[in-house]
Amino acid sequence: MARRPLLDFEKPLVELEEQIEQIRQLAKDSEVDVSQQLLQLETLAARRREDIFSALTPSQKIQVARHPQRPSTLDYIQVITEEWLELHGDRRGFDDRALVGGVGRIGDQAVVLLGQQKGRDTKENVARNFGMASPGGYRKAMRLMDHADRFRLPIISFIDTPGAYAGVLAEEQGQGEAIAVNLREMFRLRVPIIATVIGEGGSGGALGIGVADRLLMFEHSVYTVASPEACASILWRDAAKAPAAAAALKITAADLLQLGVIDAVLSEPSGGNHWSPVQAAQTLRAALLEQLEDLGRLRESELLNQRYEKFRRMGRFIEAGATDSSLST
Amino acid sequence: MSLFDWFADRRKATPVVRATQDVEDGDGLWSKCPECSLVVYRKDLIANASVCSGCGHHHRLDSSARLLLMADEGSFEPIDRDLAPTDPLAFKDRRSYADRILDSQSSTGLRDAVVTGFGRLDGMPLALGVMDFRFMGGSMGSVVGEKLTRLIEAATERRVPVVIVCASGGARMQEGMLSLMQMAKVSGALQRHRQAELLYIPLLTHPTTGGVTASFAMLGDLILAEPKALIGFAGRRVIEQTLREKLPDGFQTAEYLQDHGFIDHIVPRTRLKATLSSLLRLHGCGLAVAA
Repeated sequence: MARRPLLDFEKPLVELEEQIEQIRQLAKDSEVDVSQQLLQLETLAARRREDIFSALTPSQKIQVARHPQRPSTLDYIQVITEEWLELHGDRRGFDDRALVGGVGRIGDQAVVLLGQQKGRDTKENVARNFGMASPGGYRKAMRLMDHADRFRLPIISFIDTPGAYAGVLAEEQGQGEAIAVNLREMFRLRVPIIATVIGEGGSGGALGIGVADRLLMFEHSVYTVASPEACASILWRDAAKAPAAAAALKITAADLLQLGVIDAVLSEPSGGNHWSPVQAAQTLRAALLEQLEDLGRLRESELLNQRYEKFRRMGRFIEAGATDSSLST
Repeated sequence: MSLFDWFADRRKATPVVRATQDVEDGDGLWSKCPECSLVVYRKDLIANASVCSGCGHHHRLDSSARLLLMADEGSFEPIDRDLAPTDPLAFKDRRSYADRILDSQSSTGLRDAVVTGFGRLDGMPLALGVMDFRFMGGSMGSVVGEKLTRLIEAATERRVPVVIVCASGGARMQEGMLSLMQMAKVSGALQRHRQAELLYIPLLTHPTTGGVTASFAMLGDLILAEPKALIGFAGRRVIEQTLREKLPDGFQTAEYLQDHGFIDHIVPRTRLKATLSSLLRLHGCGLAVAA
């Protein structure tokens, strides 16, 4: 198995990893049976990793969520579908490679799948614009979702973006309008919509494909109203306060479950999804199948009403005479 | 060039100390335009819809002044006035969110950053939402989202058009993801209003940015804006700093958005009521029956 780059908080593991590697080399060159020691060390390493990953701070989770080897939208699609064909273009002159989509099948269920796509290295990331979709990307997503509605295919959406692209061209082409239209129109679609935050959910750019009947989130994924870096520089006037902002903004899956923003947390293999992508994909596939079956039982009007009510309930405020927050989940 | 323009140019060229005082702050008898430094009698400025008679600069309006300009006299009935913000995340940056709320409440007399209600415009019934930039930059948290949603739902029920005056820096970070979700909530209510084939007109005023632009500001059947208003999704600084792109002239102004096809009409404030009245009439809103 290829060594993965370690995150800074994984440093306690470095020494163990090195020892394991050394013993492996020794075993290769000699006749000595080291399987016992190897097993011991590997167990210890696994336990350490478990300890570290069960106590990640919000800003550490951001690092995991942004890990270059964290499985991406296309990685998951390839593993969880039995058939899959990518579809291109917004039909207005553009095909955004930062937002991919197509038709496929999970188990017996034909679906439309779409999501933001990040790259693994600099070259890929330039082609994918770091997973930051342009207005054309959101319009392509809307076109695919309309297609899903027309042919009654459930929509599976994967959220993994630092945010919608913020550039001159994006403004010129109406980034705000493109996202806004998706938010409104997703309430109209007569098919089940399941969205999963697989990595980073960056603000409006994430929500633009995230108005779903069920919103799932991997354990170490994050979903933010504004990037902690931006938030820190605006509210703290100091970008170095990003870890404090990350904690204050409540961006983890556990926090968002409690706030009623998401519906379920998908657990990750020890060390995060990049340590065992196949296991992560199996978890995701099982969760999607379960939700598809669940939502498939609803009549069209029930589905639309429940989606509306789900978002209708979000928010906390005080009403006259009340002493504490009234609405929540 | 008219003589008047010549004077206007002279005023711009004269190196006077720039006034920081805008109409909304200070109680002096006189007001100095921050754009052209023209000093006018405050009463005259207000009589001209807070538009500078020298350069046409649109001074910022608070929600009550805006309502006076738009709704028929005495017709506006506010709803949900008692809805107030709470602090769901116990958020604290350099100051606590709770303190910021109290400050904004005492300086504006409002509970949060939007006033909603029903009124009439040239006799035609309509639902009106007016954001108030003075309250934490008009940012959208749970209260703004909830009040607008209730307004739109009630308008759908009563079958009346909705007009929302936008003025906002975007989502309110202090309420975290609950703020982001207000974008979806309000958009959902607009979807139902739209399905009912009712008219929705947002008026974009200075500034309209971020999560408000990416939701109800851009969802109008018809979209109006005030001259020179800053309207955009991403902040100028973000685009400049992180992407090192040079910004074109007039970038993210109402005029720029109109040139690129995202705004139907730029309306000087002095023509606002007449323009809305005409649009409502043309869309049959004069025939609507008030509940």
